[in-house]
Amino acid sequence: MIDIVSQISVGLSIASILLLIALGLAIIYGTMGVINLAHGEFVMLGAYAVWFLQTYLGIGLFAGLILVFVLIGLVGWVVEWSLIRRLYDRPLDTILATWGVGVILQQGVRLAAGAELRYVKMPDALVNPVAFMGYDESAYRIFIFVVAVALLFVTYILVFRTEFGLQLRAITQNRDIARCFGVNAKRIYSLTFAYGAGLAGLAGALVSPLKSVSPDMGTNYVVDAFLVVVAGGVQSLLGTVASSYLIGQASGVLAFLSDDTMAKAIVFLSVVVLIRLFPQGLFAMRVRRS
Amino acid sequence: MTINRRKFLNGAAAVGAASATGFPHLWIKDASLAYAADSEIKVGVLYSLTGTTAIIETSLNQATLLAIEEINAAGGVGGKKLVPVVEDPASDPATFAQKARKLVVGDKCASVFGSYTSASRKAVLPVFEKYNNLYWYPTLYEGRECSKNVIYTGAVPNQQQKEFIPWLVKNFGKKFYLIGSNYIYPKEENNVCKILLKQLGGEVVGEEYVPLGHSEFSAVINKFKSTQPNVIFSTVVGDSVVALHRQYKAAGLDPKKMPMASLTTSEEEIAAMGGEFAAGHFTSAPYFMSYDSPENHKFVEAFKKRWGKDKVTNFVSEPAYFQVHLFKQAVEKLGKGDLTPPAIREASWGQQVKAPEGLVKIDPQNSHTYLWPKIGEAQTNGQFKTIEQSKEWVEPLPYWAYPGQVCTPNGLQEKKA
Repeated sequence: MIDIVSQISVGLSIASILLLIALGLAIIYGTMGVINLAHGEFVMLGAYAVWFLQTYLGIGLFAGLILVFVLIGLVGWVVEWSLIRRLYDRPLDTILATWGVGVILQQGVRLAAGAELRYVKMPDALVNPVAFMGYDESAYRIFIFVVAVALLFVTYILVFRTEFGLQLRAITQNRDIARCFGVNAKRIYSLTFAYGAGLAGLAGALVSPLKSVSPDMGTNYVVDAFLVVVAGGVQSLLGTVASSYLIGQASGVLAFLSDDTMAKAIVFLSVVVLIRLFPQGLFAMRVRRS
Repeated sequence: MTINRRKFLNGAAAVGAASATGFPHLWIKDASLAYAADSEIKVGVLYSLTGTTAIIETSLNQATLLAIEEINAAGGVGGKKLVPVVEDPASDPATFAQKARKLVVGDKCASVFGSYTSASRKAVLPVFEKYNNLYWYPTLYEGRECSKNVIYTGAVPNQQQKEFIPWLVKNFGKKFYLIGSNYIYPKEENNVCKILLKQLGGEVVGEEYVPLGHSEFSAVINKFKSTQPNVIFSTVVGDSVVALHRQYKAAGLDPKKMPMASLTTSEEEIAAMGGEFAAGHFTSAPYFMSYDSPENHKFVEAFKKRWGKDKVTNFVSEPAYFQVHLFKQAVEKLGKGDLTPPAIREASWGQQVKAPEGLVKIDPQNSHTYLWPKIGEAQTNGQFKTIEQSKEWVEPLPYWAYPGQVCTPNGLQEKKA
């Protein structure tokens, strides 16, 4: 029998990880229209960054988070500056280029850090479960949930309540007109890409103690992230939230009723049907296009 | 330099022509001379040094080379030196087949030591069968194979499970949850497990396979909680092992009440998850790095001395090591006789060697190996403590779960019911 409360908490937990992974992609894809296939590798770099900080510099997970965000953000900024900005009007080429970047990053890490699985320590305070409404819940999963909501909030403020966000939204609607009004589109795009990459790095750092760290870990995450963003509607933060919640709950329930292999297949199939019926995703933002 | 289209095409044509020519055919009157020229015996070493399974296969390559160096340092095989021909098949089955052909046809190796995955073993089989050469395979695997051109020195399901399952039932209870990665090995192991459980009056409360590389186990753990098995029987492999153990502990499950019993969790996965997440869970295997025997102390010490202080040995690298010694004894038994792969195969039957895990023997019937299954409990320091070990060596039965079939020196035979 399905126990409703624990089932919902499983769904929420899967959803929060999905949201965490997808948020960076949603920003980059949604505002810049860049299909970043190296997203999974940014997630992987984040996990390796936290491993490196912990193993060689003795910096724990909590203390390392800001550093990881800045580091991977920098990597993103360099990638944008050296590659992406030269390809803004060629979406197909961007897909190939970012895929290439992904391959380079993956093999680079394999050469530099080795192919073996790496150990990232879970903070001691969060190893043991906590009692919550009569259930044992993983403290670390609750922590991930809280961080995911916090990052969502920060991103919302950034996009909808700051000057930077205003300019970003202006460029998203019409780049040329925005530039006529004096918006520095190149700078905004650079920062946005760096921010998205930084978020991906954070996601990698946060999941690394719960899952595992290896050079090819990004491959699975990039698929999940695209699934969420495409189903939710490319230009909508709300859509990303809603679709990660729906996909998380669906995966949880289906995996409980059958198994994870089947759950994955059904979720993929549903998303394929969904984007056939709603090509813009569930929550397409109504943008007036010229 | 610029490469234009014509230059590129010319180059490509040249490469094509060269590869079509292939190896010149070798004509040697005395076949045995080909395998032992100039007081040397060539052997192939075919483990991936790059690609997805490079880490574990590198350890197999190193164990094999260590054994070869030891044999040469002690005077070789009947006065002849073993010369290893090392190839890197890059974790790719097609490359395995291609490199195997090179070792067998081009280098005329008397035997080849190689493979970790079943996929790569299946890929090289046609080569060894066509040229009637001999392949030494060290990995524990799912059984159900009976090639005349392979010596199998790893464990098959009956060896890992025959004592493990009754021990688990006795100590923890009869309700089992079977969880594995979604491919052939876990399914065959679970077939054996279900037969054993049926005999013991046990019960399977869940059987489930997760995709390879799966890392989200919250739904699975929820099922553990709702079905409350006494034992979680795990044949999950690779990085999924790490995620499963961590999420198990984080969800508040207790190894004392519901331990995970695995055939695949080794010292290497534990190092990646952290000892605190593995402690209290069990693995059944013929070998653990911490096993206390003079041969093992010698092996671990020699391995670290040769390849580095931080290196670990595991239940695959140990057979990779002792099978070279079995090969040596088989060749010595041949003496002045013809040194050909089929002769080595026959000479290897019944050969025994004091391996790190105990005295092992190649079965003359099915060319698999008698081994010493052990049950280890993982400790917080990342090592296993051997808590049970088989009183006698256990016979390899690759078709244990298929009563109508039996592996013989002439290949698979169907028994009439």
